[in-house]
Amino acid sequence: MPAIEVTDLTVAYQHRPVLWDVDLNVPPGVLMAIVGPNGAGKTTLIKAMLGLVRAAAGQVLIYGRPYAEQRRLVAYVPQRGSVDWDFPTNVLDVVMMGLYGTLGWIRRPGRREQARALEALGKVGMQSFADRQISQLSGGQQQRVFLARALVQDAQVYLMDEPFQGVDATTERAIVQLLQDLRAAGKTVVVVHHDLQTVPEYFDWVTLMNVRRIASGPVAEVFTQQNLRLAYGGRVAFLSRDGYAEEPAPTTDRAAESVAASGEG
Amino acid sequence: MDLVGLLKELLFDYTLRTVALGAGTLGVVSGALGSYAVLRKQSLLGDATSHAALPGIALAFLLTGSKAPPILVLGAAAAGWIATLLMMSIVRTTRIKDDSALGMVLSVFFGFGLVLLTFIQKMPDASQAGLEKFLFGQAATTLERDVMTMIALSALVLVTMVAFWKEFKLLSFDPDFGASLGFPVRLLDVLLTTLIVVAIVLGLQTVGVVLMSAMVVAPAAAARQWTDRLGGMVGLAALFGALAGVSGAMISSSAARLPTGPTIVLCVSAIVLFSLLLAPNRGLLWNWVRHQRNRRRLQMAAVLADLYTLASQHETVEHAHSITVLRAMSAGRGGVEYSLKELAARGLVRQVSPADWALTPEGQEEAERLSK
Repeated sequence: MPAIEVTDLTVAYQHRPVLWDVDLNVPPGVLMAIVGPNGAGKTTLIKAMLGLVRAAAGQVLIYGRPYAEQRRLVAYVPQRGSVDWDFPTNVLDVVMMGLYGTLGWIRRPGRREQARALEALGKVGMQSFADRQISQLSGGQQQRVFLARALVQDAQVYLMDEPFQGVDATTERAIVQLLQDLRAAGKTVVVVHHDLQTVPEYFDWVTLMNVRRIASGPVAEVFTQQNLRLAYGGRVAFLSRDGYAEEPAPTTDRAAESVAASGEG
Repeated sequence: MDLVGLLKELLFDYTLRTVALGAGTLGVVSGALGSYAVLRKQSLLGDATSHAALPGIALAFLLTGSKAPPILVLGAAAAGWIATLLMMSIVRTTRIKDDSALGMVLSVFFGFGLVLLTFIQKMPDASQAGLEKFLFGQAATTLERDVMTMIALSALVLVTMVAFWKEFKLLSFDPDFGASLGFPVRLLDVLLTTLIVVAIVLGLQTVGVVLMSAMVVAPAAAARQWTDRLGGMVGLAALFGALAGVSGAMISSSAARLPTGPTIVLCVSAIVLFSLLLAPNRGLLWNWVRHQRNRRRLQMAAVLADLYTLASQHETVEHAHSITVLRAMSAGRGGVEYSLKELAARGLVRQVSPADWALTPEGQEEAERLSK
């Protein structure tokens, strides 16, 4: 059974379609990037999967059942810039918000929730920041706090909106490691991503989008020059490790083989 | 009037006690709920809601012919609530942004209210007089019965706020995440907004529709200066609101012809000014002091470095150098003499003659340490 199954998902803002008839089938235990140009509907896709924007049509199944019935299995990491970091609260408090869903109405977080939040902070290397005001965090630290808030939910499916935006190289490596650990633990992780160059290195699955779904599948199969052209309108400048390449050059051997194979086939 | 006399009156004078209790209550509830309005960047919500309440007051009078506060307040609440929900749905369903939606609703409702008020004043019946007191408030007419109603409603509002503490925090900080957890954020939004509307309407009789928004925004803005916790902010804002309410009521009663509502607003403004300037960490004064201290430290280090540069051109470190040279080297920075005296006090330089200074061995070490 697929971890995520999206059928015919369509979203329109003021009659302008931002997502058009999107199908997606993500098996459990993969680390998948969603890439596409600006305005391609990547964020909208995630929000529509979570029911945060109303879909005009289509359905989303998590492990075979509608999202509303499977909330406990899904954790969401919104864009860092979507909240006001000057809000009067501290790191531990924000992480504990991840447990509000299981706490239910009225009940307040207690010692047990604190312990779990601290544990999650430990996983992102932020345990010593528990009492820190969130306004005093750097961009990378903010991102890690958001990740800890999702980790504490102990979900099966993680939907993340640009977790690498505005973080330094060290934090990016730490986050990648974390995502790969999640995959190793059998979780399904879906990440809106911007940096095409790192896709083959970080992810094993990829979905290319531009309002419609262009392609979706294992990186080795679908992260091809042709699909990138389709998604980015043929003007994609692709920087490989060796410098500027005229043709989008896949950066791992696996991907290189697949492009060669698809070229021959 | 002396303070003791004033306090005595606060306890034993019926009118003052009633007015002060009412003003204090409205301060507590508008301060506490105002915190959420400020944190959710809805500071102007208070302004719109209170202005929009005016036609409700006028219509309530026209329909019932009664001037009993509960009836008028009910009308105010209904109109304020409808206006606020209208605003929220304009933002949600159209491309119009918050501020424009707010301006539209505020002006339309308030304008309509003024038309109704003028119409009522021109009615032949003499019983209509006195509705205009809702424009600027008239605390002196508050009765004990009104205050009891206020306290009961405030208690209800505050209990609801505390009960949904966690949910309202989530709604204010990250509503999308809250929705992903399964909380009905739109319903919570309506609930929280309703509580804010009730808080505003409670203050209308005392402070009036024109100035009521100050009671929503000011205590919260002042409280934010002093604390970094939501609980601290809400509690402190309630305290500031109460303080402003009670002291405003007392001050206006001690002087003739001083209106209560505006006096309360002046009191809360004083609290805001004080907090903006003097609160630790966020206060402007401490910012300035920190800035000056940093500047001075940098100046001292620069003068020490200059002296070290000069000394390294001579065989002995303790060779004295003229202050004029040092001034020339630190062109535009100023404060050379002050820095030298501070350095001397730390034993890093010494004054050889009135105009000449030299590094001490400690000063040399320090300069070498700094230059690393």
